[in-house]
Amino acid sequence: MTEPLLMLDDVRATLRLRGGHQTLLDGVSFEIHAGEALGLVGESGSGKSLTTRAITRMLDPAFRVSGEIAFDGTSVLAMNQAALRRYRSTDVGMIFQDPRAHVNPVHRVGDFLTEALVRERGVDRREAERRAVVLLDEVGVRNPEQRLRQYPHELSGGLLQRVMIASVLLAEPKLILADEPTTALDVTAQSDVMAILDEQRRARGLALLFITHDLELAAACCDRLAVMYAGEIVEQGAHVYHAPTHPYTVELLGARPSIDQRVDRLPVLRYDRETHELLKAEAS
Amino acid sequence: MNGAELIGTERIGTEPIVVANRLRKVFPGPTKDDPVIAVDEVSFELYPNECLAIVGESGSGKTTVARMLVGLETVTEGELTVRGDSRTKGVKNLADRRRWAREVQYVFQDPYSSLNGRQRIGDIVGTSVGLHVGAGVTRREVQDRALGILDSVGLGQSFAEKYPHQLSGGQRQRVAIARALAADPAVIVLDEAVAALDVSIQAQILNLLSDIRAERDVSYLFISHDLAVVNQISERMIVMEQGRVVDAGVTAELLADPQHPYTRSLRAAVPRPGWKPVRRERLAS
Amino acid sequence: MTTPSTTSLAVARAARERRSAGFARTTADRLGVVGSIAAGILLVIVLAAVFAPIVAPYDPDYPDLLASLSGPSPAHLLGTDALGRDILSRLIWGARITLAGPGLVILIATVIGVLLALFAAWRRGRADTVITWLLDVLFAVPGIVFGLIAVAIWGPSLVTVVCGLAIAYIPYVARVVRGAALRERNMPYVSAAWLQGQSGTGITFTQILPNVQPIVIAQAVSSLGFAVIELAALSFLGLGVQPPTADLGLMVKSGFDSVLRGHPTEAIAAGALIVVIVWCVTVIGDRLTSNARSMR
Repeated sequence: MTEPLLMLDDVRATLRLRGGHQTLLDGVSFEIHAGEALGLVGESGSGKSLTTRAITRMLDPAFRVSGEIAFDGTSVLAMNQAALRRYRSTDVGMIFQDPRAHVNPVHRVGDFLTEALVRERGVDRREAERRAVVLLDEVGVRNPEQRLRQYPHELSGGLLQRVMIASVLLAEPKLILADEPTTALDVTAQSDVMAILDEQRRARGLALLFITHDLELAAACCDRLAVMYAGEIVEQGAHVYHAPTHPYTVELLGARPSIDQRVDRLPVLRYDRETHELLKAEAS
Repeated sequence: MNGAELIGTERIGTEPIVVANRLRKVFPGPTKDDPVIAVDEVSFELYPNECLAIVGESGSGKTTVARMLVGLETVTEGELTVRGDSRTKGVKNLADRRRWAREVQYVFQDPYSSLNGRQRIGDIVGTSVGLHVGAGVTRREVQDRALGILDSVGLGQSFAEKYPHQLSGGQRQRVAIARALAADPAVIVLDEAVAALDVSIQAQILNLLSDIRAERDVSYLFISHDLAVVNQISERMIVMEQGRVVDAGVTAELLADPQHPYTRSLRAAVPRPGWKPVRRERLAS
Repeated sequence: MTTPSTTSLAVARAARERRSAGFARTTADRLGVVGSIAAGILLVIVLAAVFAPIVAPYDPDYPDLLASLSGPSPAHLLGTDALGRDILSRLIWGARITLAGPGLVILIATVIGVLLALFAAWRRGRADTVITWLLDVLFAVPGIVFGLIAVAIWGPSLVTVVCGLAIAYIPYVARVVRGAALRERNMPYVSAAWLQGQSGTGITFTQILPNVQPIVIAQAVSSLGFAVIELAALSFLGLGVQPPTADLGLMVKSGFDSVLRGHPTEAIAAGALIVVIVWCVTVIGDRLTSNARSMR
């Protein structure tokens, strides 16, 4: 059994508030092996985005984090600043929901793409640009040389998200964290961006943690799914989409309208953790 | 293609409430000679008690059509009538606006910014009731009616005293729907009204919308990018691409066997069991 | 066409959740430590000024000529001025006018400024252009000049300079409020009210005004500090409050002559009190402004 690339064991994040604590991540555990894709699915407030921030140690200092997060065998929570910086810049690549919020609008696309390579890795500027052009071409950007000279506002959302994917691939990370990367895009652009992400990831053997609210989309692009509800992973595995066992997952799948058939009334989620636990306790 | 060709047999004999005929909307562009044509020759009819969906991606002009219908945008060209009255020239006075409000209401996408954060829920709905009841109705009766409407969207009496920030996104959207119902309109425009909501909340709101239609005479003009949602709620749909109507018909038929290439590509991009994302042609823009 | 992305919705929602959390926050939370201290000091000064007849140890105008220019003593904690009047009592009475005058200036300027701003923001077009132009003209002229013009026309008095300064302060309030009102006007909740058939006046006062109110208050308090200084300056020049009335600006001036005679207490005390008042008001104003901004 090889060691997992990313391992979370009983991760808890507690927010200290005046007059008490609020536990927002409640014992999150999962593993991602090299080259594997895990879909972390949940509704808003489920803690899926907090989980990604915990993985990169970008949670607000007001949080107290316990448990263990290990990347390639090294504890992330124990890293010093230098190690953390290296981990964030070279081991993990991040793709966000809104690419526009993560690029400097006054820098050209080319500078954005090559900056890290030139500054952090000492790659020659021309060489960095050559690599950027190759990658832009691979992620399906037409006229890559010309794109390098453009500003982010001249690019559409779908195109900019491809640039983001290229920038992540340029850094050659081992793991990609993609937090709702297609939520702001139209369906056709979503399909396109996910296809590119999937294809490039597989070609390079990169692991992916795909955070989304869309179970169907996650199922299409990931090997395994983990479903989050109120700070907990209620169910995970390769079976989740086709044969869910947890009532929350079952209900979540049922609540989404289908493009193939129309129902009289959509089933409404009745899952509630307290009731569920009560029933479980009674049964045993 | 023209929506008028697609009237089902059961429609014959009923008059449409809304008729849009070759609507155009041109926005001034970045330069004077470069206007943006947001809506181009769009025609459709909306009949009593039906839900017509306008489907399209961002930039398709679907929202602009809806905004022209309620007077939030002016009409550049074409003809737009509601119950035979022309809306093409826009509103002239307050009396016009009130009369229009009783015919067509609007629910916005974002349930947060569409409610005044400094007004209590009861007042938000009450204001709308007050504007549309006749003279001689007491304050008390207005309040009672507002409470009744809130109740009909699944919000009990206790909500009337609350402020929007005390409500969840789904509850807020119920308030927005209640506010629309307060005018007792013939048509409600739902502009991506469930797009910002979680799946579990979305299902509740879609059910609520179908309950409302079961109880009263109202038509929906449902603006959406989400084909699965559109399939659940609408009887007919028109598909817009870059300001033009490219496809129109009965929703179930159109989605079961899409003929137009654009509708097919939209349909193909929706994640569903067994689906895999597909890479498009290289993007030029 | 203009459907906001889910991100911007999420970001806006987070901001609003911060705002809603703000409703439950205490005043101390809202003002921070320094702001709370400033508010505490200001409260003491205001209370002392309001209850001056009870608090002040002496009649501020009673001249004890035999005890003129005496230094601090148990009988006169801050000593007496050239006419033998108790400086502490004059400070307390002086604070009354020094606070009330600028308060009146800002009150008048705020009422007129807010009405102009809301009208401009609602009507837009030509009305907005004219009002904006007018505000720019007013803004270009220093407040003190308006005071001087008013004095030139009606002669020196507190009422005159208050009226003059009030006009000068209209743009300080109106420009900021107009910007905020224009932003609110583009919010869907305002469109919703418009689509309901609510009248322009109704929308302005029930929808827009309550939402720009934090900005109105913050701007008014911030401007108050400047008004205190300018009104004191006008009094110092002999154009505002007239002797023998106790006023801090006047006290700086009358104390100025005593400084040359080796008795700096009056000028320093009055000057220091002005500084303290302005500091308190400015700190509170800054804090309210940043609170009002974070609500966006």
